[in-house]
Amino acid sequence: MSQREFIRQMPGHAPGSLSPGLAERLHLDAPLLASLLLLMLGGLTVLYSAGGESMELVVRQCIRFGAGLTAMFVLAQIPPRSYRFWAPVIYSVGLILLILVLVMGTEAKGAQRWLSIPGAGRFQPSEVMKLAVPAMVAWYFSERTLPPRLSDVLAALLLLGLPAMLIGLQPDLGTAILIAASGLVVLFMAGLSWRLIAVAVLLVVTAAPVMYFFVMHDYQRNRVDTFLNPEADPRGTGWNIIQSKTAIGSGGLDGKGWLDGTQSRLDFLPESSTDFILAVLSEEFGLMGVCLLLGMYLIIVGRGFFISWQAQETFSRLLASSLIMTFFIYVFVNIGMVTGLMPVVGVPLPLISYGGTSIVTLLASFGMLMSVHTHRRLIGY
Amino acid sequence: MRKPLTLKDHHHEQRIFSVRLVVSVFLVLLLTGVLLARMFWLQIIEHSRYTTLSDNNRVQTRAISPPRGLITDRDGVILADNRPDFSLEVVIEQAGDLEALLAELGKLVELDAGDLERFDKRRTAARRPWEPVPVRGRLTEEEIARLAVNQFRLPGVRISADPIRHYPHGILFSHVLGYVNRINAQDLDAMTLEQQRNYAGTHFYGRTGIERFYEDRLHGEVGYRQVETNARGRILRVLEEQPPVPGKDLRLRLSMRVQKAAYEALGERRGAVVAIDPRDGSVLAFVSRPGFNPNLFVTGISHNDYSAYRNDHDNPLFNRALQGRYPPGSTVKPMLGIAGLDAGVTNWQRSIFDPGYYQLENDPHRYRDWKRWGHGRVDLHLAVVQSCDTYFYDMGFKLGIDRMHRYMNLFSLGLHTGIDLFNESTGIMPSKQWKKAARGRPWFHGDTINTSIGQGFMLATPLQLATATAITANHGKQVIPTLGGERQPVERDTIVLNDESNWQKMTDAMVDVTGARGTARIMAVDAKYRMAAKSGTAQVFSVGQDETYNEDELAERMLDHALMVSYAPADKPAIAVAVLVENGRHGGSTAGPVARQVMDAWLLNEQGELDVPEVFGDSASAPEPTLTDNSGDTP
Repeated sequence: MSQREFIRQMPGHAPGSLSPGLAERLHLDAPLLASLLLLMLGGLTVLYSAGGESMELVVRQCIRFGAGLTAMFVLAQIPPRSYRFWAPVIYSVGLILLILVLVMGTEAKGAQRWLSIPGAGRFQPSEVMKLAVPAMVAWYFSERTLPPRLSDVLAALLLLGLPAMLIGLQPDLGTAILIAASGLVVLFMAGLSWRLIAVAVLLVVTAAPVMYFFVMHDYQRNRVDTFLNPEADPRGTGWNIIQSKTAIGSGGLDGKGWLDGTQSRLDFLPESSTDFILAVLSEEFGLMGVCLLLGMYLIIVGRGFFISWQAQETFSRLLASSLIMTFFIYVFVNIGMVTGLMPVVGVPLPLISYGGTSIVTLLASFGMLMSVHTHRRLIGY
Repeated sequence: MRKPLTLKDHHHEQRIFSVRLVVSVFLVLLLTGVLLARMFWLQIIEHSRYTTLSDNNRVQTRAISPPRGLITDRDGVILADNRPDFSLEVVIEQAGDLEALLAELGKLVELDAGDLERFDKRRTAARRPWEPVPVRGRLTEEEIARLAVNQFRLPGVRISADPIRHYPHGILFSHVLGYVNRINAQDLDAMTLEQQRNYAGTHFYGRTGIERFYEDRLHGEVGYRQVETNARGRILRVLEEQPPVPGKDLRLRLSMRVQKAAYEALGERRGAVVAIDPRDGSVLAFVSRPGFNPNLFVTGISHNDYSAYRNDHDNPLFNRALQGRYPPGSTVKPMLGIAGLDAGVTNWQRSIFDPGYYQLENDPHRYRDWKRWGHGRVDLHLAVVQSCDTYFYDMGFKLGIDRMHRYMNLFSLGLHTGIDLFNESTGIMPSKQWKKAARGRPWFHGDTINTSIGQGFMLATPLQLATATAITANHGKQVIPTLGGERQPVERDTIVLNDESNWQKMTDAMVDVTGARGTARIMAVDAKYRMAAKSGTAQVFSVGQDETYNEDELAERMLDHALMVSYAPADKPAIAVAVLVENGRHGGSTAGPVARQVMDAWLLNEQGELDVPEVFGDSASAPEPTLTDNSGDTP
């Protein structure tokens, strides 16, 4: 029987689902796209308030969304087997670019993250790696039998560790951790043995103090200190977290109302439209708004898990599950940091925070998810 | 590279993946639960705490200082008002690198070493946190513009337009008005909580003189404004406001006309003039020369200016009228005469022979009269007119020091006069008890004799002499010198003599002092009214050990002090004056003309005719405050 017929006869597949609608023909996933658009709309509402009713900010964010949606659309058209085929190349090029950044990158705010391309403006290679690393690790395991042997695990660790280290050197600890995490998720999904996981957790716990005292930069150490005791310097480094908690706490159950959050409107809350935008949302819409947001995120993550579960071969599965887990890690790290559960690392709240290339990268990753989902019938294994 | 034998077991791989996926779902749900729990903790359980924090962030209560009351003279001439002054201030807590900021400010406005030094002193002194520290006052418009343009790179820098105290007549009223200057932590510490609340927005505090004495009245009641501010402290809107109650204006009993006459009559000499209206105790003039510029003190005097005042041998910061203690010399002879008469140790008929000295029995020491060859036969009248020392030696010895002490106290000598100024000196009216306590030595006869002519241990302030003279002019009715228009001082018992006609007889003698044979005849030349007076000359005993003078100055400062007390018109006194000229040598020729000019300024109208002013009226008849002197005396 042909592959197509085999799939058609697989259990749990309603025949109707394969009849190509408009979204299907465009290789887009309608539920995912709808919930993403809804989240983005909510994000713009909060951003309008957080930015001091600046329409300019909203328009600029819309332009980014446009760019991101375009990237999503384009990436959704590319079948997973092409990702699999190109993954090593893109990864290698990305690695070279990361080295170039360290050698001849543009400095901004004490970190070297940008690469100037004459005529094309500035470009952040670490954003490419957010997609290339999980793809590369997924490619590696798709070439091996699973569960992975120790040597495969070590090779995978090298694949994800190398770019993470290069990014950490820029230094950009937040991105380095997230990229490492996206690779580790692949490792976990590939069936990394529980015993190894236990060893790794133990290692991290013992290594943390060593990192703190010997590896971290001063500003990173400051952040950890602030996390452990924000009240120690309320006017200095503890200011952000104290003001953020004050904003969230004063929001209460139903919030102070849209455009009426005093903490952000009166500038007590720093970075209110970027990393700390959740505090604005919590202040103005209260716990109910927060529940709604978390619900939206859960729907998106749930859909991502569903897509991973439906994926038909190892590469797609690993890639899709890694992308969606990374998305959740973004959410968790950002909310954890804004509510004072975690140290302050510069991670934006996905699709809500105002800012830069991360939006485009995020939407692009959803394009890859959609590609995994909508090219199922065409996979030739 | 794939070998058939290591074929991927797709089924197995899918199973592994499915398990991991389920674990992931649980992980996601667990972590979402953690986030929700955290949110619940912050937003529901800790909600009220964070609401308070949030309100404290944005709502601030700011005190509004009440405008200080104006001070005018009796005719409504403004002596102290408030003028807007733009000053540069820095909130230290916001400034960051202070040194760099000051360097930057130095490029925009003129800052001299004195400004920086005072800023440093204020910055390090105890102060309210977040209170702006002034760097420099009296900004020009150009400087304000330069600061405004560069505001964005000057964190914590503010320009304030507080009204500040201004004394339009400067040095003229310096010792009586005093001055305000910046309130400090010690001032606040000395207050009750209620007062501290009232001073929450106040920057200035009455430091000396009238400004100090009437601080409560002039200050007013603090107002409050609840404002919403942003993180940088900028006021966005006013939530609630309670306006301040302005300080009450203060109309003084001083007369610009008389004050000016007294000030100018003293000229460049060191000395003091106090003029009192004996009818109601109103202080008409209160001058101590040299004076100082009170406006320099308001915003903080520079080190140079201050040390110039401190190092001046003429001591311009010293209030001679209130605190200067001088031997009163012969000016107290009328009061001593009254005491001798009332105690019965002398009368107007009794006379003695004055050989030019006085001698006690069994004592070879001769107490000399100022006239070497003596006055010959003198009675009390002549003794006052010619200031015969021998007569008073004799009378004083018979009176005894303790009776002398009691009588002089009735004239406020040795006591506070009760003027509405702080730190008044009582001078010294000696007694046996006093000498034992102060010097630890017994009283000698010689001490009594020296005191009989206002010398020896006896010391009095010009204010006390003016008060004693006013009481004499009043024929014993007490006078409490008063500056504030509405002040009602405690009444004191009138001095009642055994023979009340002695008052008039003493007045007659004092009038003759200004007559052809009197020691003060110069001052009465061409007068439009009859005046009573008594001259005095006080010996300068010693020069302080720590003071250094050059030879010429030393000689000048060893000369006697010249004194004159007087009142006029003699039959119905409306002014009593005490004049002291340091090292002026002769009361009659140096202090007398000063007293005459002061009395003329009060008693004569613009045409130079006698026109005795009314007694000071109540506040209902007070004229509107004016900045200029409309009395016509000033050009």
